[in-house]
Amino acid sequence: MADAEAENEVITTADGIPLKESLKKALWERKKTALLLVAPLFLFVMITFLIPIFDMLIRSVDNSIAGEQFPNVVVEIRGWGLDSTEIPDEATFQALVKDFKVGAEAKTISRLGRRLNYEMSGMSGLFRKTARKVKKLEAPENATEAMIAIDKKWGQLDIWRVIKRESTKYTSSYYLAAVDAEKLSDGSFAVKSEDRQVYLKLFWRTLRLSFTITFLTIILGYPIAYLLSTVKTKTSNMLIILVLLPFWTSLLVRTSSWIALLQKEGVINDMLVGIGVLGDDNRLAMIHNETGTIIAMTHILLPFMVLPLFSVMKTIPPSWVRAARSMGATPFTAFVRVYLPNTIAGIGAGGILVFILAIGYYITPALVGGTKGTLISNFIAYHVSTSLNWGLAAALGSILLLLVLALYILYDKVVGINNMKLG
Amino acid sequence: MNKIFKQALLAVATTSIVVAAQAETTMVIVSWGGAYTKSQQRAYHQPYMDANPGIKIVNDDSASEGASKLRAQVEAGNVTWDLLDAEAPNAITLCDEGLVEEINFDKDLAPAPDGTSATEDFGKSLISDCFIPQIAYSTTLGYRSDIYDVAPTKMADVFDLKKFPGKRSLEKRPDPNLEWALIADGVDPKDVYKVLDTEEGVARAFAKLDTIKDQVIWWTKGSQPMQLLADGEVAFGSAYNGRLFEAIEVNKQPIKMLWDGQALQLDGWVVPKGAPNKAEIMKYLRFATDTQRLADQAKFISYGPLRASSAPMVGKHADLGIDMAPHMPTAPENMKGAIFYDFEWWADNKDDLAERFEAWLAKG
Repeated sequence: MADAEAENEVITTADGIPLKESLKKALWERKKTALLLVAPLFLFVMITFLIPIFDMLIRSVDNSIAGEQFPNVVVEIRGWGLDSTEIPDEATFQALVKDFKVGAEAKTISRLGRRLNYEMSGMSGLFRKTARKVKKLEAPENATEAMIAIDKKWGQLDIWRVIKRESTKYTSSYYLAAVDAEKLSDGSFAVKSEDRQVYLKLFWRTLRLSFTITFLTIILGYPIAYLLSTVKTKTSNMLIILVLLPFWTSLLVRTSSWIALLQKEGVINDMLVGIGVLGDDNRLAMIHNETGTIIAMTHILLPFMVLPLFSVMKTIPPSWVRAARSMGATPFTAFVRVYLPNTIAGIGAGGILVFILAIGYYITPALVGGTKGTLISNFIAYHVSTSLNWGLAAALGSILLLLVLALYILYDKVVGINNMKLG
Repeated sequence: MNKIFKQALLAVATTSIVVAAQAETTMVIVSWGGAYTKSQQRAYHQPYMDANPGIKIVNDDSASEGASKLRAQVEAGNVTWDLLDAEAPNAITLCDEGLVEEINFDKDLAPAPDGTSATEDFGKSLISDCFIPQIAYSTTLGYRSDIYDVAPTKMADVFDLKKFPGKRSLEKRPDPNLEWALIADGVDPKDVYKVLDTEEGVARAFAKLDTIKDQVIWWTKGSQPMQLLADGEVAFGSAYNGRLFEAIEVNKQPIKMLWDGQALQLDGWVVPKGAPNKAEIMKYLRFATDTQRLADQAKFISYGPLRASSAPMVGKHADLGIDMAPHMPTAPENMKGAIFYDFEWWADNKDDLAERFEAWLAKG
């Protein structure tokens, strides 16, 4: 009876509005305040984080330079097939002369030459040479002959195939290069020649080293965090300062001091030779290779593991282990079955932090890694600041992002994201 | 009223002093750092700042990535550099891409004291319309004098691991390593660029470099090889000759230099398009590239001035008092076995070979 009444009668507040709506409105007011408080941070993250990432992802497929520099050629070459056995027609060559004249005057055509050079070597030189010489060409009747006279490469099919392939607004060539593949003249895909294969190996090396470094920081950081959490507060405060001290030193100073320590003529080698463990000509090569990268990066990333572990360990009551012991467990069993599972959350948090940082680091590998210890991030930095191949840098960065997301999903399935605590 | 008036007057006075103090122009000049920038500071920047109190010159040491950084700045539409110290091949490329200003040499640069026009005075070193030549320097080999019983005598010795064991340090770029590899492999120095122009030639150069690859520590900044040699970390390595001079003569390190195989480079100024203080920098250039100034720089570092009129004025080192002429890369006794860069060829092929070089480095 009461239920039937409750169904027919909607509960209202004092001013006659249904309770549900009033509640919704009140909650919305609260939410609005919360949203407004979060808005500045949200905008900041959007602008400085999401928009640049989106921009980078666009750059990895963006090929608008072809349309900008070669507006006429791009139109004319639509009628020419990739499988043609003859070079394009006179109209295309006339368009080529027109575009070159404009581009040479504005001095922008060499940018397209550099871009096409990523597909086929020699394009950059061809464009520069043609730009220099085309200034003397005045509305030729036979543009085909005139261009081939400037450089006979213009009469070669593979040059035109590259231009045709890269005449679209979007291109997959950067992603192909990032996985060491390339598109051949006939349109099929092939893996690059042995001496040009770089990136897959680097991706693998980056993941392998990052896992190693994460594992090492767990092994080294766990005892430190355990000590910090079980010792008296006064002592642990002192020890925490020691853990944090490296943060107050510049990263470059820390890395350079590793160079001084690990060098062939460095402190550690001198010491080992001095006490007779090593012969003078048998010095360890601990730097300018993978070992140097692993050692230096483990040192630099250790605090990131120690601190989350410490905060989690501090919340574990010591009475639990004592209780396990009192019920007959050996110290080892008590540790493995009672203490360790409760610290998984801290290991997870620290592990993710260290792994993601390790994947992106490039200063330390650049200084101590030599050629065997450099990571993919070094190449991304190289392509951004030195070779200025932003398309390739963006493609490499996107693939790295995808790898990390894939690992994150895997981690979620295995350990569970909710099992992550920072304290 | 009086009190407020006095306070307001004080405020205005202070502000105007502050504003006047900041009315000086700051120019950013990009160079290579270390001993080289120091020599430019002492020979060019300081005298110019002393003569022009309203000007402040700030040094930026990123010239080794100068071309790329300038390209990035122009693409971003925000050029912050006023002057860039660039090598000849980079200057050619930047000029072709319209990223640096074209210079009217006779109008913008000072003539020699005897009246010779700037164009004649600089002569063959004017390899581009945008490049203002400054100095000739070379990348040469240095070695620790206390490690080898028999000292190396020629460039090819750097590839000889049996007679001269130990780590080497080479510059982390294709030139001059590819030329050295080919010459050490038996190619006639006159034909080096013809051979490098072919695919087999490049492969041959990389194959020769492969024989020493795992003994090489690659350097990117001019002071790195000097640190490695000083630490004894490498026994043999390439470096800019001026830095070697600094280490040997000024810092008295146990290092000796090999002039054989020295790779001569032209180095000079380029003015970025859209430089913030274009008029001021042109005035500075007129001063910094005149005969006396170029001869002055030779007092601080062993790089050869490119003006014909400066060469006879090269005297003694400002601090050490030693005669600088025999330390110039262009001194006749040092020129035997020198390699002359083909600037045009490198301007055309630099980007491509740099990419192949990086791939080769990452391979091992």
